[in-house]
Amino acid sequence: MEIAEHLLYTKDHEWINIEGDEATIGITDYAQESLGDITFIELPNIGDEVEQFGDFVSVESVKAASDIFSPMSGEVIDVNDDLKEDPGLINRSPYDKGWIARIKLADPEEQSNLMTAEEYAKFLESVG
Amino acid sequence: MHVAMNMLNKEQLQRTPLYDEHVALGAKMVPFGGWAMPVQYDSIIKEHGYTRKAAAIFDISHMGEFIIEGNCVENGLDAIVTMPLRDLPIKSCRYGCALNEQGGVMDDLIIFRLEEEKWFIVVNGATTQKDKAHFQKHLKNKTVFTDVSMKTGKIDLQGPLSLNVLSSFVADAGKLDYYTCDYFDLMGERVLISRTGYTGELGYEIYFPWDKTKDLWQALISRDDVKPAGLGARDILRIEMGYSLYGHELGEDISPLESGLDRFVSFEKDFLGKLALLKQKGQGLKRKIVGIQSETRRAPRQGQKICLESGEEVGVVTSGTFSPSLGLGIGLGFVAAQSAALGAKVFFGDQKSKNVASVVSRTFYKDGSLRHKTI
Repeated sequence: MEIAEHLLYTKDHEWINIEGDEATIGITDYAQESLGDITFIELPNIGDEVEQFGDFVSVESVKAASDIFSPMSGEVIDVNDDLKEDPGLINRSPYDKGWIARIKLADPEEQSNLMTAEEYAKFLESVG
Repeated sequence: MHVAMNMLNKEQLQRTPLYDEHVALGAKMVPFGGWAMPVQYDSIIKEHGYTRKAAAIFDISHMGEFIIEGNCVENGLDAIVTMPLRDLPIKSCRYGCALNEQGGVMDDLIIFRLEEEKWFIVVNGATTQKDKAHFQKHLKNKTVFTDVSMKTGKIDLQGPLSLNVLSSFVADAGKLDYYTCDYFDLMGERVLISRTGYTGELGYEIYFPWDKTKDLWQALISRDDVKPAGLGARDILRIEMGYSLYGHELGEDISPLESGLDRFVSFEKDFLGKLALLKQKGQGLKRKIVGIQSETRRAPRQGQKICLESGEEVGVVTSGTFSPSLGLGIGLGFVAAQSAALGAKVFFGDQKSKNVASVVSRTFYKDGSLRHKTI
């Protein structure tokens, strides 16, 4: 199970890459593996306001539909349009080509509620 | 993301003779009708692709098999099932249902005529015990009923290349036409093989001695042109063909007419449940089965409501999936009989999402190799 070193993580298996006051969001390798083949994603609209740990996007795999939550609050400034035609990018490249959206951060302090890569690795061990 | 984990209580589940093979291949095992079954080995979509384009094998050993001996009219078998049996040629098979008195489906099944007075019946795994009791109750005394379910392993070999694969084990497999069966010498065993399946592709179902099924699986899997496929792929393949699954489109409170199986019901003979079906025909069906095709990749899901443009709720989704062949979400469901004609615009979903779909023929996928001539 791959965990990217430079990212922050949630207990719901989302990741966030903070670059200044903007950030990119996706789901982890563990998440894509658990979901199986991802077949559909409902992306947010640019301009949508999202809250930390609030509803963000919904994804469907062959097996089920699941909700993805935003790791931090902010405004959506970009979405990965490639996922509309090829949501399997999330399975093949969860930390890179399978990114979901970028947000402008509302409150950088919120990152203290997230886990480092090391903490997330321990968390995964604890959930077995 | 919230991940719902399927808790697998292995203690209570039955195992097929291939359980250890699945675990060794890294399959995700799930409970299915009281059995621990592989839902996927690698990727459900890849396994679907192997079956549509090449050849895949499925462990279907959980299904039940009965042998019934005797004249099908005298022993009552003909009156337990909906399909005609008297004119069934030897070494041919037919699909149909066993009904209760109310005309509800006890199970859907395939009957093989092995000899003039010897019948082989294949039933669903989850309903084997119920079916056994049903047959034993309604069969007349002058027959021999044998439950061979736990002696019979079953591997389905499906896909356009399945004959190439099978031919390297049995030279004359090509003689089997669609929905026929015969005995073949395969790896030192004399076994029954039928040209049947649940995928819409050219394919074979191989009935093998339970204890030796593992050897056949290993021989098949060692080939480069055969991949294992799990129940996840099997479910997509059957939904793409519009095939019913017991517990979804079929059940004791659903008649075969409602689930669109009219052509597997012979009103020219007497059978259990016939009076109820005739009454239903006379009064008109209250609901009917439909195929719905999403405008997007989003799939209908079992239990979701089907609504008209007006917002009127007319039905419910019974099975749904993303279709890799179509690149769209597809599903089966029941709607009120007078609503939602072919081509009608409908909506499926829940409070969170409403999705546009069309009512279409249940054969979503039309390019399968199912009926290819091999003779």
